[in-house]
Amino acid sequence: MVHLFQQGGLNIVADTFSGSIHVVDDAAFDVIGMFEDHSREEIIAAVSRKYEGDPEVTPEELGECYDEVASLKEQGKLFAEDTFAPMAGALKERTSNVVKALCLHVAHTCNLNCSYCFASQGRYAGERAVMSFETGKRALDFLVENSGTRRNLEVDFFGGEPLMNFDVVKQLVAYARSIEKEKGKNFRFTLTTNGMLIDDDVIDFANRECSNVVLSLDGRKEIHDRFRVDYAGNGSWERIVPKFQKMVEARGGKNYYMRGTFTHANPDFLKDIQTMLDLGFNELSMEPVVCAPDDPSALTADDLKIVMEQYEQLAELMLQREKEGRPFTFYHYMIDLTGGPCIYKRISGCGSGTEYMAVTPWGDLYPCHQFVGDEKFKLGDIWNGVSNEAVQSEFRQCNVYAHPECADCWAKLYCSGGCAANAYHATGSITGIYESGCELFRKRMECAIYIEAKKRLGM
Amino acid sequence: MKHIQTLETRNLCESAKNGGCGECQTSCQSACKTSCGIANQKCENKKAE
Repeated sequence: MVHLFQQGGLNIVADTFSGSIHVVDDAAFDVIGMFEDHSREEIIAAVSRKYEGDPEVTPEELGECYDEVASLKEQGKLFAEDTFAPMAGALKERTSNVVKALCLHVAHTCNLNCSYCFASQGRYAGERAVMSFETGKRALDFLVENSGTRRNLEVDFFGGEPLMNFDVVKQLVAYARSIEKEKGKNFRFTLTTNGMLIDDDVIDFANRECSNVVLSLDGRKEIHDRFRVDYAGNGSWERIVPKFQKMVEARGGKNYYMRGTFTHANPDFLKDIQTMLDLGFNELSMEPVVCAPDDPSALTADDLKIVMEQYEQLAELMLQREKEGRPFTFYHYMIDLTGGPCIYKRISGCGSGTEYMAVTPWGDLYPCHQFVGDEKFKLGDIWNGVSNEAVQSEFRQCNVYAHPECADCWAKLYCSGGCAANAYHATGSITGIYESGCELFRKRMECAIYIEAKKRLGM
Repeated sequence: MKHIQTLETRNLCESAKNGGCGECQTSCQSACKTSCGIANQKCENKKAE
């Protein structure tokens, strides 16, 4: 399967199953487009007609071009066959029997009252609660006990707002550090925060212990304050931005994400990216809101058109700033073509429900943070392990080939079937797809590949 | 005249031989939390080709 697209004056061909990327001229673009369904003669005749009068595109040249394409096919770099489908289940099995990452819900409560919050203002449709040290400690032990030979273990302090239970967070990190050498493990901690409670103590702790911090900021003040308000209805932008700036500066400007959400209120989210840049942040992530289609903040079909254009403009802005020596990163445009994930990862996906689980404040296990609160997805608890084998089995079998709609998608080995929670919420099945999310994802991959191609070609 | 420039990329078929060590970062654990994608993950397999 190949995907041909044009962006910023480049003709780009992505070959799905080999992972190869080619930048081609106009004639080759046409030849590749016809290659699988037409003979050499038919292609040369058709493309010759299209470029009639162009001295550069002679039948001889087109013959050479055809042979170039045929040679790449022979080398397995174009029209590569799908050899992965028969082993998809086995590939995921190989990584499905260990737990390597936990999302620790240390606080099911929040000091902000954002109406678009998927976690219902941190409560996850339940009671407000914070995790005790004993529960968190047991969660870390559960992770170590179930991690097999994995050395790198990830723990994200999540909420609600995790800093509302900061003392426990600190104690848990101290406990993990006290056992990691003896257990042969390397804990990587991350913290996802709205910033309200950041102070010098938090900054010192996060810079010492957290490999990454995720800081929630929606960009422009009026956009941010539209949703991210406290319980009195006051916007939080003025209070958190100076704290974020101090924290990022103290981290040397590295290992953080300024993470925003765009909604129906700001499909023109590039302005919010620009605001983040103007504030001195340059490791950025902006996510489309995840909510029911009838929610007032949901992106409409018209919004999606704007978002698509914004993604292209964002790619140009990144290239321009790179040239100017002022680069910034955008999480969804980070793509490592030479050192990226192996085929196991590409088929298995995020690992929710198998390698990755969420732990509630009272120690229940869920496939991921987005399923927390939906009782039928409860997998078990950290004391007795996974007891709901039926649900875990569904997740174990959920790989990119388990999604019927992904069969014809060129980008499937970049997304590995997408987010199980989004699929479930959109279709009622974790092997469904979240179509509008897919459209945006494909666009982001085109932009990411385009940026990489331009950089590689020195353009 | 060359019509096609091929960018260097990881050979996915080859990665089936030594891949699957599982040491890489969980996809959405530390950044987005609301959408999946593995393209931006770094391989951490020391034996990977």
